[in-house]
Amino acid sequence: MGAVKQSNNFVLGLWDHEEVFLHAIEHIRHDGLEIYETLTPFPVHGLENALGYRETRLHTAGFLFGATGTTLALSFMTWVMAFNYPLNFGGKPYWPLPSFIPITFELTVLFSAWGMVLTYCVRNKLIPGYVPRIYEPRTTDDRFALVFDIEGKSAEEIEKIKSLCNGNGAVEVKNRTFKDGE
Amino acid sequence: MHAYESDFREPLINGNKNYTIITDELVAPTEKTYTGWWLLLIIFGALAGLFIFALSWTVFFGIGVWGLNKTVDWAWDITNFVWWIGIGHAGTLISAILLLFRQRFRTGINRAAEAMTIFAVICAGMFPVFHMGRVWNAFFIFPYPNTRGPLWVNFNSPLLWDVFAISTYFSVSLLFWYSGLMPDFATIRDRSKGKTRKMIYNILSFGWTGTAKQWQRFESLSLILAGLSTPLVLSVHTIVSFDFATSVIPGWHTTIFPPYFVAGAIFSGFAMVETLMLIVRKVFKLEDYITVNHIESMNKIIVLTGSIVGIAYITELFIAWYSGYMYEQFAFYNRALGKYWWAYFMMMSCNVISPQAYWFKPFRRNLWVTFVLSIFVNIGMWFERFVIIVTSLADDFLVSSWAYFQPSWVDISIFIGSIGLFMTLFLLFCRFFPVIAIAEVKSVFRTSSATAKAERAKQEGLASGGFVGHTTFGILDKDAK
Repeated sequence: MGAVKQSNNFVLGLWDHEEVFLHAIEHIRHDGLEIYETLTPFPVHGLENALGYRETRLHTAGFLFGATGTTLALSFMTWVMAFNYPLNFGGKPYWPLPSFIPITFELTVLFSAWGMVLTYCVRNKLIPGYVPRIYEPRTTDDRFALVFDIEGKSAEEIEKIKSLCNGNGAVEVKNRTFKDGE
Repeated sequence: MHAYESDFREPLINGNKNYTIITDELVAPTEKTYTGWWLLLIIFGALAGLFIFALSWTVFFGIGVWGLNKTVDWAWDITNFVWWIGIGHAGTLISAILLLFRQRFRTGINRAAEAMTIFAVICAGMFPVFHMGRVWNAFFIFPYPNTRGPLWVNFNSPLLWDVFAISTYFSVSLLFWYSGLMPDFATIRDRSKGKTRKMIYNILSFGWTGTAKQWQRFESLSLILAGLSTPLVLSVHTIVSFDFATSVIPGWHTTIFPPYFVAGAIFSGFAMVETLMLIVRKVFKLEDYITVNHIESMNKIIVLTGSIVGIAYITELFIAWYSGYMYEQFAFYNRALGKYWWAYFMMMSCNVISPQAYWFKPFRRNLWVTFVLSIFVNIGMWFERFVIIVTSLADDFLVSSWAYFQPSWVDISIFIGSIGLFMTLFLLFCRFFPVIAIAEVKSVFRTSSATAKAERAKQEGLASGGFVGHTTFGILDKDAK
């Protein structure tokens, strides 16, 4: 399988108010247009529902990593204290379960947090030094953006996208073209 | 779409704002140079140098250069350790527990408080490591396969639990803090002019762009990290208190320690947040984002936790008397009226009596009172740990070995130096990182800002209603001046 060629031609619709933006998304999706990317400066409540995204499975990953930590901590301490080098600490049992609870808890949290953050970084393409495509610098400042892929689309279709954005309260609609490998 | 907030609630963002202004004002501290900042950096940097010098002295000559003696074998080192760890707790409380409780006022202060947590834990970690003496063998505390048997660490020991608790706490706090920082670094990147600056902030932002899917995962991540950090922060100070509570020493061996230590930690942490934020909001002109309302909310937590700590002190005294156990009774009698009475007096007056001022609203909303009391609380909480640790050890079971602890210049230099290290890190943070969580502040803008409330009042035709006008335009708030 060859790499899928990335599209370089986009239309950008920019909004300045998140409620207008959410309504616009509903209307645009209702008209059957495909939204390529959605960019906002902060988490907008209800955005994933408006876009029809399914729920993230990150918390499941967090649970699985946490369970790994629990199992590892309990089994390692059991092996050390009861099998590998049993020592008598003031007549305490060789398998003092209550004493294991603090470390088991800490390792559960440690594994869950690290595992989840690493999963998060991988799934979100967050790697130090990775240079992302910036469609519009103001999307991390004060603009809510919808990006439409127009590669191979007719002038008529492009016009439809633009008029829908304008008709739904966009403050700016423009073309954005990237060079290959940008 | 938005849950409209009652107009009776004070706004969390004052002044006439929009998203553009918020970005400009919150990024500004990273884009300018401040003479005062350089001055402070030089002073605290020098103190951090003193810290390194005094620690090197300790490592070179051994723990004997501290004021410890055969009876008092834990003193300022562990006092400082517990003090710094306690200070760190407010950061996690603000970012995690207040997130779970949906307290929106956290958005203005969480970033700086989390940074404070991380720097405080760095300072705290130094003390147990260096008090080991042969610091080059510090890795012995980790369970690793070794050639001595292998002889493993003792999983029954609270000191070992502490190793796991503190290191987990540090690394999870770091993850929580940094995952929130990425979007804000992207904001700085996208408005920076210079190529190098853009590149550096891009690396720091991990290439964040703010797509809807990224934000969806971001919200899930912060919620779960908050859910994990909440029991974590409670467990950390519980385990720190176990270091004492499981030792069979009168004055330490009490079951009240875990909740008492946790309340004390939150108490001292909020005080430190206030000390820092009162200066930061003034220097970087962030009064609209860290409002008097924020300060008042923190003061309410201070009076609550301060009173819990007060009740714990009195409960300890009562239980000591009620136990009928001579040594326990002596430990507490000696603590309050013995040779360290002055430390006990400092503790009681700073921690229990001084915060009671916050029952009165004018004090809660007065910035000078808050600043002075926050320092009192910091002093009082340091003395609390000193009282618990040193008075319990100094007069032990054998009268012939009773001793008095006096710090050496090395003890004092390490303590003052650790404040220097903390402040140096905090100053660097203030200058190069966004001090206020930009994206999070924007997310409460539509519900809780003065601007949004005024707009809503106008739409509802209530603008002329005196009360609404008064509370919505937070600018009228006279206490802020």
